[in-house]
Amino acid sequence: MSQARLAPGVVPGRLAPHELAANFADVAPPLDDHEARIAADRCYFCHDAPCITACPTSIDIPLFIRQIATGTPDAAAMTIFHANILGGMCGRVCPTETLCEGACVRMEAEGRPVEIGALQRYATDGLMAQATHPFRRAAPTGKRIAVVGAGPAGLSAAHRLAAKGHDVTIFEARPKPGGLNEYGIASYKAVDGFAQAEVNWLLGIGGITLRHDQRLGRDITLESLRAEYDAVFLGMGLGGVNALRAEGEERRNVLDAVSFIRDLRQVSDLTTLPVGRDVVVIGGGMTAVDAAVQAKLLGAENVTIVYRRDQSQMGASRHEQDHATRAGVRIICNAAPVKVHGNGAVVEVEFAYTAIDPDGGLRLTDDRFRLKADQVFRAIGQRLDGVPEDLALDGGKIGIAGPGRTSIPGVWAGGDCAAGGDDLTVTAVAQGRDAAEDIDAHLTGRPVELPG
Amino acid sequence: MADLRSDFVGIKSPNPFWLASAPPTDKEYNVRRAFQAGWGGVVWKTLGSEGPPVVNVNGPRYGVIHGPDRRVLGINNIELITDRPLEVNLREIKSVKRDYPDRAMVISLMVPCDEQSWRDILSRIEDTGADGVELNFGCPHGMSERGMGSAVGQVPEYIEMVTRWVKQYSRMPCIVKLTPNITDVRKPAEAAMRGGADAVSLINTINSITSVDLDLFAPQPTIDGKGAHGGYCGPAVKPIALNMVAEIARNPATYGLPISGIGGVTTWRDAAEFMALGAGTVQVCTAAMTYGFKIVQEMISGLRDYLDSRDMAMSDLIGRAVPNVTDWNQLNLNYVTKARIDPDLCIKCGRCYAACEDTSHQAIAMKPGRVFEVIEEECVACNLCLDVCPVENCIDMRELAVGEMDLRTGIRRGPYANWTTHPNNPMAVKAAE
Repeated sequence: MSQARLAPGVVPGRLAPHELAANFADVAPPLDDHEARIAADRCYFCHDAPCITACPTSIDIPLFIRQIATGTPDAAAMTIFHANILGGMCGRVCPTETLCEGACVRMEAEGRPVEIGALQRYATDGLMAQATHPFRRAAPTGKRIAVVGAGPAGLSAAHRLAAKGHDVTIFEARPKPGGLNEYGIASYKAVDGFAQAEVNWLLGIGGITLRHDQRLGRDITLESLRAEYDAVFLGMGLGGVNALRAEGEERRNVLDAVSFIRDLRQVSDLTTLPVGRDVVVIGGGMTAVDAAVQAKLLGAENVTIVYRRDQSQMGASRHEQDHATRAGVRIICNAAPVKVHGNGAVVEVEFAYTAIDPDGGLRLTDDRFRLKADQVFRAIGQRLDGVPEDLALDGGKIGIAGPGRTSIPGVWAGGDCAAGGDDLTVTAVAQGRDAAEDIDAHLTGRPVELPG
Repeated sequence: MADLRSDFVGIKSPNPFWLASAPPTDKEYNVRRAFQAGWGGVVWKTLGSEGPPVVNVNGPRYGVIHGPDRRVLGINNIELITDRPLEVNLREIKSVKRDYPDRAMVISLMVPCDEQSWRDILSRIEDTGADGVELNFGCPHGMSERGMGSAVGQVPEYIEMVTRWVKQYSRMPCIVKLTPNITDVRKPAEAAMRGGADAVSLINTINSITSVDLDLFAPQPTIDGKGAHGGYCGPAVKPIALNMVAEIARNPATYGLPISGIGGVTTWRDAAEFMALGAGTVQVCTAAMTYGFKIVQEMISGLRDYLDSRDMAMSDLIGRAVPNVTDWNQLNLNYVTKARIDPDLCIKCGRCYAACEDTSHQAIAMKPGRVFEVIEEECVACNLCLDVCPVENCIDMRELAVGEMDLRTGIRRGPYANWTTHPNNPMAVKAAE
């Protein structure tokens, strides 16, 4: 074992380049033609299929699988894209085990669903690899629409609006488009720069102008957008990270998991990315799992996820939890941080076991323990930052009615910044799409076209 | 343990599983491997007249229909009879038979339709030690263009004539192999019987084009841009073969004529079905060509277990289903069943609902929570729901007791009555006053 692997503190290069390359390879390699045919043959082509109902974008899954089975994967891809323009990414990152695949009747039949996510990736990869963009724009309407945020919700809305003949300008705060697809997803789920390739492909429809380093409240205001555009769609996600509210969390090497994941996605050489030897991740969602697993894959010796409630309440699916434990991550439940110990940098985190009061409230007990930690990641949720003036909120997010209508006429919202979602890429895509349909109907009087 | 030894028109074999006249039985090497694997007998691939052998195409010989997972459901072939010299085949037959005296060795024959040709070939095969001959009146491609194979099998008079010659010039048991490419298979079987055949075997392959290449716009297999029809076999043809076997088995004119059943036999169960419809032996080709010779071990153990579990001898099985094959007008119109869905087994795919609602009688209700229930007032008992259900035994057909109300017709189930006496039948036989 190399010296670097066991070096104390937060250091880069714990693993050799070839080890890192293997650890961060595609977590679910694509199906080849033969595998896809076999997988597709398992679909029963259910009536009013439960998988469609379970998909937030209502993709006609039995139809696209039948199109794969009959040797027309490009037609399958179009079935997917008509409902979900980011079907390529969703095939990779959707928690299918709780959505389409969880609803597959094969689960009831034999406990093994049709591999819907993998088949979706198979179909969409094939069409996206072709030189031309498959959608054509309708005749120009002369309408101009502002989209704030180039994440899944904004991209979905922009593509549909462009397809309907509107001119769209996307205002993105970060240097790259893609939102959480680019900055917030474990890198082994979307290898080879897929997030950027997907955005480039999506923009191939034309009619979409992308402006970077445009943050709402800093570089642009909702007021100015409303004045200049016929409609505004807000899809800027959640910019803020919740605090631990534990004593000493300001110590060095106590970091936001989303920043760690972002840095990991953006770094060109993984051997330069520092990681602790003893890493503690606090939280129970997908972000916690993504941070923990990737810390382990970078070479951390001990990685522990600590979640304050019962395992069954973790935001990460069972599949994700299993993925973490397979990677060697330990999961401790029913414990919450009370103090970060250290001298400048974190050395230990002290936790208290929790208990549920009769009224359902979470309470700290006197039962305490400490975990050695030279790096701590906060993954306890994000919050909306820099809320535009005058917008009615709902539970800390932008309140919406129906297909994304906010309290301000002419302003729609969707994705993580809007209330009612479940912080999934696929939900954001659905909300962006539905808002775009509503915007179009509002501006032109044309009927809404939705799948399902 | 059930005794699988077979004596079929005097041809003895340790089990009723023979390899059909086809590529697997074209030469000594293959046949020795087959016997080593346990096959009870072979029908050696068809020999032709002495002289320059036939030639085969040098492109693909087979076209295939695949099911899910590329399971072979049917094969079409355009191969001709053996393309090896007659004397080589005869030498090999003699050699194999000498080493495997307990196995059935039947030689398939096809020569021009004249007496001398048949007399000549029979004299050549006499000293091979073979147990019998099978007359190939079925091959539907290539040879039929030359007036042989199915060109003979489609004319009952020719069948009778040639069979008579064979019986005249040979003491060997004679099996006549029939083509399915006719309208009424009973006629050629009757002709074979009149000619003195000891048995018939059926079916030979069915005229077919398996698929069309949509780039080349030519049938497959494609030979230099063209395709000719071939002969279809394998699991896909089994239902056609079963019907033809049954037609001969229950035909009074051919009743009792021994039958060797051929057509899609893939498992012991297929074999047992052919035997229940009257086949004394079965012949196999496609299954062996798909999986190799070892499948016979499953056929032997499967048939033996089946017979043992019912305490039946093989002779009890042969022909046992024939009395139950009847004409439509004999079916009991007062036999009433209703589909019934087991909610515990249902996986909620809804295929029964789609099939019934879109294409049948709107007799299945889809209730909240994807609960599917049969509406007995509408159910005609077609059983399409059961057929399309992916879960075995999830849907069954419940038989109404005599006297029980049929909610669809509002009539109580009566005793047996068929079309011949039904009031809607203008030809109905009136019951005596």
